[in-house]
Amino acid sequence: MTRDRRLSWINGLLLPLFNVLTAFIATGIVFLFIGVDPIEATKILLYGALGYDEGLGYTLYYATNFVFTGLAVAVAFHAGLFNIGGEGQAYVGGLGIALVALYINPAMSAWIVIPLAISGGLLFGALWAIIPAYLQAYRGSHIVITTIMFNFLASALMVYVLVNILREVGEMSPESGDFIKVSWLPFVHDIFASFGYKIARSPLNLSILVALFFSAAVWFFLWHTRWGFAIRAAGKSNEAAIYSGINPKKIIVVTMCISGALAGLVGINELMGVQHRLFLNFNYGYGFGGIAVALMGRNHPIGILIAAFLFGILYQGGAELDFELQNVSRDIVVVMQGLVILFCGGLEYLYRPVLIRFLAPIKESK
Amino acid sequence: MSDFFLTAVLTLDASVRVCVPLIFAAMAGLFAERSGVVDIGLEGKLLMSAFVAASAASVFGSPWLGLIAGMFASSVLAMIHGFASITYKGNQIVSGVAINILASGLTMILTLAWFKRGGITPTLQGDERFLSITLPGVDIIDHIPFLGVIYRELISGHNILVYLAFAIVPVVWWVVFRTRFGLQLRAVGENPKAVDTAGLSVEGLRYKALLIGGILCGIGGAYLSTAYNAQFTKEMTAGGGFIALAALIFGKWHPYRVLAACFLFAFLQALAIRLQGVIIPGIGEIPVQLIDATPYILTIILLAGFIGKAVPPKASAQPYIKEL
Repeated sequence: MTRDRRLSWINGLLLPLFNVLTAFIATGIVFLFIGVDPIEATKILLYGALGYDEGLGYTLYYATNFVFTGLAVAVAFHAGLFNIGGEGQAYVGGLGIALVALYINPAMSAWIVIPLAISGGLLFGALWAIIPAYLQAYRGSHIVITTIMFNFLASALMVYVLVNILREVGEMSPESGDFIKVSWLPFVHDIFASFGYKIARSPLNLSILVALFFSAAVWFFLWHTRWGFAIRAAGKSNEAAIYSGINPKKIIVVTMCISGALAGLVGINELMGVQHRLFLNFNYGYGFGGIAVALMGRNHPIGILIAAFLFGILYQGGAELDFELQNVSRDIVVVMQGLVILFCGGLEYLYRPVLIRFLAPIKESK
Repeated sequence: MSDFFLTAVLTLDASVRVCVPLIFAAMAGLFAERSGVVDIGLEGKLLMSAFVAASAASVFGSPWLGLIAGMFASSVLAMIHGFASITYKGNQIVSGVAINILASGLTMILTLAWFKRGGITPTLQGDERFLSITLPGVDIIDHIPFLGVIYRELISGHNILVYLAFAIVPVVWWVVFRTRFGLQLRAVGENPKAVDTAGLSVEGLRYKALLIGGILCGIGGAYLSTAYNAQFTKEMTAGGGFIALAALIFGKWHPYRVLAACFLFAFLQALAIRLQGVIIPGIGEIPVQLIDATPYILTIILLAGFIGKAVPPKASAQPYIKEL
């Protein structure tokens, strides 16, 4: 094997694998530190997430959210942008969905209402990303800082809207009324039941197909369209992009709109699929989780599907740990997210010098 | 004495208390960013320190030991940030995000493991926390109208960390603008290559800056859980680290301006609490959320260059790669 081939194997496969393993080992150390046997914990976690129908349903349901936010972060990464605003874009996207699902004519067919509600999520998510994008492109403010600020603005906005506008008269809790029935995405167990198969009830709903659809769409868009090429080119080298006639400012705005729109889809799973109403903090943690998923999945839709499934396992398995063990709660998943972001992101190159020295040394030429 | 005056003084007093962790975190960020390392992880360091300080203060019965433990914990996180972003030249923003999430998860896991309670530490009793200090002369000045109230409510009666926060700002200014280290620090944030050429260690300077930041954030976090409150509670920093980051930008990386921004943002928070449900004649009720959001809106507008211009240190967010 040539040295170049070996290097690409190291960068493409070995490094990410080692990084993920390190994050797992570090989580194991945290378990030991709090007096929990990591192997025992892993068994409980895996059984809880994959061992039975209902658990698997929950795992896939959580994974669906992570696919949306993971794709959102990844698309922005390809243009060299770091979108920390997924949390806020998902939140406001939920408002877009709710406005359609609450106020549209209930006599309309689900075939019209559901796509409209999904478009509402896409549109509002994109809207929440377009201002930071515009400011980065045309006013020179940094997208990371502005998207952080927009997360806080989103939560202020949503509290205001839920408390003062969407809350039903006489209700105490800040949540909207029920969505109209035709906007509900059917549960997978109901679909199976209608074909005569009985599977356990879980929140898993048709959103998972939407997630798969958008994963394929993002793959096609990034690697098989003109715009996708332009985005990746601008992400690799701004100057080269300019020379080849690409307008990087436009790229920033378009990419962030797509990124925000994808994050805006969290609501279709959480709201249209499961809760059928808008409520506070339904998005909690998925935006930041998306960063971990994108980093772990190397910003490729297939990688993201795998990473999202893994985080689904952790979320659902974490709930099981919470239930089974006294010393640990599902917040261990948050620790794990942090470790994944640290080792797959910040410390991405930790093992590179060692791996290169052993597997692809520069040969001394005589 | 008019009620309005007393209310105004009390609101300012509340602003002072809210302001303290912002000052420590913003000064921490100032060192990091002046050295060319973007520090998104202020929030996580505050949170971690708040938790560790409250735990240590409760276990050892001393707020001072709590403070030291808090500073240590926050510095460890700062060094992880340094290890990733300085030594391994990773993305500074990514490792900052990692620190925030890690702190959020670890504090929850450890409260449960150590104290059998999810997200809180035991309440600190009596002198396990920093108590307020009554400055001398309160009784004498109290009789003077206006000044008496200001002295009693606003200036006296805070705990030692509050005074430390306000005292540290001129010290930061002096270090950054009047010492050799400060000059090197600013140089490494603007032009690391020049610093390297002069035979100084870019990495060493950046590590020092992050360590100072870690210690400062540690004090801010300890203040939250052992002075302002008497225990750690889940996510008690509530975005304070990000407000500090906003103040840092709003104050254009200059200690005094940053202090002013911290105070402005703290005042807005204090005002939001006071204005809750109050109907102002002619305007009606101002939504609390709008006041809460104001620091972020102001920072966005400033960053966009609509009111002045905030230009960060030139080399910020770029790892320094030595030419061989």
